[in-house]
Amino acid sequence: MRRRIVLSLLTAIAFSSASFKLAFASESTSVFRMDRINILVLFIIFCAAVLLYIRSTRKGKKFFIRKINGLEAIEEGVGRATEMGRPVLFIPGIDELDEIQTIAGLSILSRVAKITAQYNTPLSVPVRYPLVLAAAQESVKGAYLDAGKGDDYDPEMAQYVAGEQFAFVAAVHGIMHRDKPATNVYMGAFYAESLLLAEEGQASGAIQIAGTANPEQLPFFIAACDYTLMGEELFAASSYLSKEPLMLGSLKGQDWMKILLVICIFLGVIFETLNIGGGFFYKLFIEH
Amino acid sequence: MVVSFINFSSSIEVMRTQINTAIAFLSGFIMILAFFSANPGIVNFSQNLLTWVTIVGGISLLLGIVSILKVNLKVIQEKGKDWIFKLILVWFVLGMSVCGIIWGIEEKTPFDWLFQNIQSPMMSTMFSILAFFIASAAYRAFRARTLEATILLITAIIVMLGRTPLGQALWDRLPSYADWIMAYPNLAVQRGIIIGAALGAAAMSLRILLGIERTYMG
Repeated sequence: MRRRIVLSLLTAIAFSSASFKLAFASESTSVFRMDRINILVLFIIFCAAVLLYIRSTRKGKKFFIRKINGLEAIEEGVGRATEMGRPVLFIPGIDELDEIQTIAGLSILSRVAKITAQYNTPLSVPVRYPLVLAAAQESVKGAYLDAGKGDDYDPEMAQYVAGEQFAFVAAVHGIMHRDKPATNVYMGAFYAESLLLAEEGQASGAIQIAGTANPEQLPFFIAACDYTLMGEELFAASSYLSKEPLMLGSLKGQDWMKILLVICIFLGVIFETLNIGGGFFYKLFIEH
Repeated sequence: MVVSFINFSSSIEVMRTQINTAIAFLSGFIMILAFFSANPGIVNFSQNLLTWVTIVGGISLLLGIVSILKVNLKVIQEKGKDWIFKLILVWFVLGMSVCGIIWGIEEKTPFDWLFQNIQSPMMSTMFSILAFFIASAAYRAFRARTLEATILLITAIIVMLGRTPLGQALWDRLPSYADWIMAYPNLAVQRGIIIGAALGAAAMSLRILLGIERTYMG
């Protein structure tokens, strides 16, 4: 209850200060960009929400997190690969390490690698960028060490296959043909190759779990994969799989921010339609 | 002696994680500061950081080449499965590198010839396969087995026909219905996903900055 009061008060103060500052949006100081005050206000509220919920979980409060079928299916998929004696193929997207979706993919890779280590299932991680290769190798190595299977770790589980987008696809198709992985996991940023990978995997009879935050690629994954994580689910995956209270707390903070944005959109529609409020809600969401 | 060595290596491991987390926090903090700051010093420093990322990325290409050679040369040496394809791959990796280093990568050089006549057509071929994959995926997705699949099928027919001259010839109002579907229900759903994804990305960034999310470091 106290947390909600604090968040509501903070939101009210932040929004009233934002409305005042938005009136002077064009004036910038030498230290601060006043034209981005609206983004700063939302950023502060968001950080406060996440940190408050993290603090609550530290104190032992438990939150309900809805079931995500695609993530529940990962263990099932690895189990299937183990029974069939085939490898698990994991692709952490085709973007560089500075893309947050790639980081999210690598976090999920760590969880998947831990399960493959426990089951002694072969794992194959083809990557498109050398920096992602280094991070993927570290991620897999850490997972094998955590599982107490450090000796089973092979640095060649993660391998750099090609730097060009479609050369990468050709290389992955080759892996799918030769090794016949039983489970394919695609988690990260994907572009035109999403359907090329997913359809080939579908034809090879693998269970496929995909996740991306690129909305234009989601229909392809939905059509060709068994489970698809959409947008925010990709970023929530590592927290969901880890079940660590601190990580789950940040998900609740994120939900709180989402509710706030829905309220803003709802109020914005009403206020802008009735032409009242001097365009406050409109200005709140644009960069001046 | 053994115990002290184990303690020493585990403390190095802890230190490594702490240093990595500290670097991640500082780098993220500087980028956030530069986004809101009008101070040229901070903005320039953040630009320099981005330049470093490019430089590190360029140097790391060597790491990729080493990985390719290590994996494939092992199979070639052992005459493993499909070793002949690995040999072709290694041959072209080295061949293109040598051509690029000796004659450069400008037009009418051997590197350019290899790129224009071998690599580029092969990449176009891979991309063109997409047309067949779209057809097979669409066939599976559009089978009217459930109410949702039927709605999807009807919507897809309207949008696809509305985007072709045939659709307009059949019914002149079809393109406007297709545009309405794309501009309202489709865009609304896309925006919903984008807002959710953006918040998810921001929450994940915050977890990384605070050192709560460290699994990507190993």
